[in-house]
Amino acid sequence: MNFIIEVLKATIPAGTPLLLGALGEIYVERSGILNLGVEGMMIMGAISAFSMTNITGNVWLGVLISIIIGGGMALIHAFNSITLKANQTLSGLALTMLGLGLSGLIGKGYIGVPLSGKLHNLPVYGFKDIPIIGPIFFDQDPLVYISYVLTLIFWFFLFNTRFGIELRSVGESPDVADSAGINVAKIQYLATFIGGMMAGLGGAYLSVVYAPAWIEGMTAGMGWIVLAITIFSLWRPERAILGSYFFGCIRVLQYRLQPLGISPNLLNMLPFIFTILVLMLAAREISRKRISSPSSLGIPYFREKTL
Amino acid sequence: MLEKYRNLGLSFLVVILGLFGIYLVSGISPYIMLKSIIISAFGSIYGLSETLTKSIPLMLCGLGLSLSFRSSIWNIGAEGQLLMGAIGATWIALYVMPNAPKLILIPMMFIVGAICGGIWALIPAILKVKFNLNEIIVSLMLNYIAIEFVNYLIYGPWKSPYEWGFPYSTKFPISAQLPRILDTRIHYPTLILALVLAIFIYIILYKSKLGYEIRVIGDNIDAARYAGLDIRKIIILVLILSGGLAGLAGVGEVAGIHHRLRVASGISSGYGYTAVIVAWLGRLNPFLIVFVSFLFGGLLVGGDAIQVSLGLPGATINFINGLILIFVLVQSFSKIRLYSTKKGAER
Repeated sequence: MNFIIEVLKATIPAGTPLLLGALGEIYVERSGILNLGVEGMMIMGAISAFSMTNITGNVWLGVLISIIIGGGMALIHAFNSITLKANQTLSGLALTMLGLGLSGLIGKGYIGVPLSGKLHNLPVYGFKDIPIIGPIFFDQDPLVYISYVLTLIFWFFLFNTRFGIELRSVGESPDVADSAGINVAKIQYLATFIGGMMAGLGGAYLSVVYAPAWIEGMTAGMGWIVLAITIFSLWRPERAILGSYFFGCIRVLQYRLQPLGISPNLLNMLPFIFTILVLMLAAREISRKRISSPSSLGIPYFREKTL
Repeated sequence: MLEKYRNLGLSFLVVILGLFGIYLVSGISPYIMLKSIIISAFGSIYGLSETLTKSIPLMLCGLGLSLSFRSSIWNIGAEGQLLMGAIGATWIALYVMPNAPKLILIPMMFIVGAICGGIWALIPAILKVKFNLNEIIVSLMLNYIAIEFVNYLIYGPWKSPYEWGFPYSTKFPISAQLPRILDTRIHYPTLILALVLAIFIYIILYKSKLGYEIRVIGDNIDAARYAGLDIRKIIILVLILSGGLAGLAGVGEVAGIHHRLRVASGISSGYGYTAVIVAWLGRLNPFLIVFVSFLFGGLLVGGDAIQVSLGLPGATINFINGLILIFVLVQSFSKIRLYSTKKGAER
C-alpha cells in the first residue's frame, strides 16, 4: 500500500509538465490551429527558466520568463499559420528544430550546473491529512497546485464563457464564426499564444522543479506525448488530467522497474509504445461516440473562399 | 526555373541569419562560422568527399519522403526507418549468413534493410488506414522506439565480446563491407543506388499510373475519392516505399561507414529529420532533392567542423535547419495566396 501511494505521489509531478502542455494545446487545437512545435516550446521554456533561475536565484522569475519565451515562440507559429496561411505541420516541425537547437546552444554552459533556487513542497493545511488522497495530491510543490487551478480555469473558460464559445466555434467552422462577427484571426492568435505559454511553463516545471537540472534535449519526446494526450483528452481539459498522470505514472514506473534488471533501453520505449496504444484507444472512442477533432484543425482559413 | 534557384539562394540567406542568431547567443562571429562551414564542407577534396558521403543517406531518405509528402502523407519517421534498416543489415551480416560471398551478402543486406524500414513505415500506414490515427505522431513515436531498440541491441544481446566493453556490435565480415572510392568514405554502391532510385522515383511520380494517383490524392483527396481511387492501398504502398528507401540509407551507413551497429546517435546524426527539409527544399522533385542533399551534406559536415574548431554544440545545426524550414515555408506561402485569390477572382 505504501509503495502504491509512493508511486502515485511521484506520478503527479511527473505528469505535471504534460498536463500544463496539454491544457494549452487543447486551446490551440480547439481554435483550429495545429501546433506541432510543443517539443520545441517546452525545451525553450526549460532552458530559459533554468538560466533565469540560476542568474537571479528566484524560481518564479524563471517560471515567468519561460512563459514569455514559450508564448513568443508560439507567435512565430501563429504568424506562419494564421497570417501567412503557410503549412502548419511544417511550421510546427520547424519550431521544434529551432527550439532543440537554440536550447542546446544557450544551455551549453549550464550542463551539470546545480540550480541556485529551489521550490519546496508545500503541504496544504487540512487537506494533507486526508487518508491516501492527502499525501498523493496535497503534499506537492506550489506549481502542482497551480496546475490544478489552471485545469479548472481552462475547463471553466472553455465551456462556460463567451470566449470559450467563440474559441470552439472558430475551430469548428471559421466561416460561420466570421459571419457572426467573431474576429477569427484574433481568437486563433490568442489561443496559439496561450498554448505556447503553457508549453513554456511545462518546460520550466521540468527543468527547475522536476529534474532540477539542465540536460540537453531533456524533454525527450514529451512534447509529442503532449500532442497525443490532447487527442486522448478529446480536447477536454478535465480529461487531460487522466492522460497526463497516466504517462506520469509510466515515467515513475520506468525508474522503479530498472533495479529489477530490465534493460533501461526497453523501459525507455514504454512511454512511446503507450502513446500509440492510447491513440488507438482514443480513436475507438472517437468513432464510437461520433465526436471528431475540431473540424477546421490544421486548415488555414481564407476569407475569400466563403464570400 | 529561375524561381527555384532564387529560392535556393534565399535559403542561404536564412543560414546567414541563423548564424547571426548564434552570434548573439555564443559571441562567435558569423563570418568566421560561415567561412569555416563552407571551407570544411566544400573547400578541400577531403571536405567534398565527406559532404558527398553525408549526402547519401539524405538523398535516400529525402527521396522516400518526397513520395509520401507528395500524397500528403506526413511520414516524419525516416529516422526510425533508417535505423531499422541498419538493424536488418546487421542481422543479415552477423547472424544470418555471415559466411556468404560478397555478391550475395551485400544485396541481401540491402533487401532486408529495405524490408525492415518498410515494415517500420507500415505501422503508421496501417494505423492510419484502420484507425484513422495521425501518422505524424505515430511515425515520430516509432523513431524514439527504434533509437531505444538499437541501443538495447548493442548494450544487450548484440554487444560484441571483442570490443573492450564498448557498445558496439561485432565488426562485419569483409564480405559485408561496401567498397569505397580510394581512401574516402564514399561508399559508392549506395550512392549509385540513390541516383538510380532518383530516376526511378521520377518515373513513378510523373510517368506512371501510380504516380498520377499519388498526385491526385496529394492535391485533392476528395477528388481522388470521387474518382474511385483505392486511397488506402495507395497510402500503404507509398509509406512502404518511403520507409524502404530510408531503410536502404541505414544499410549504407552500417555497411559503408561504420561496419558495425553502434549507438543510434552514432549511426544517424538526425538524417531522417534533415531529410524532411531536404525534401521540401527540393520541391519534392527527385532530381532537385539529389542536389539539395549535397548542400545539406555540406551543412552537416560544416556543423561537425564548427563543433571541433569553434566549440559550438552539435545542436547548432538543428537551429539552422529549423530556420531554413521556416524559410521554405514562407516561400511556399506566396504560391498558396496567389492560388486562392485567383480562385476568388474567377467567382
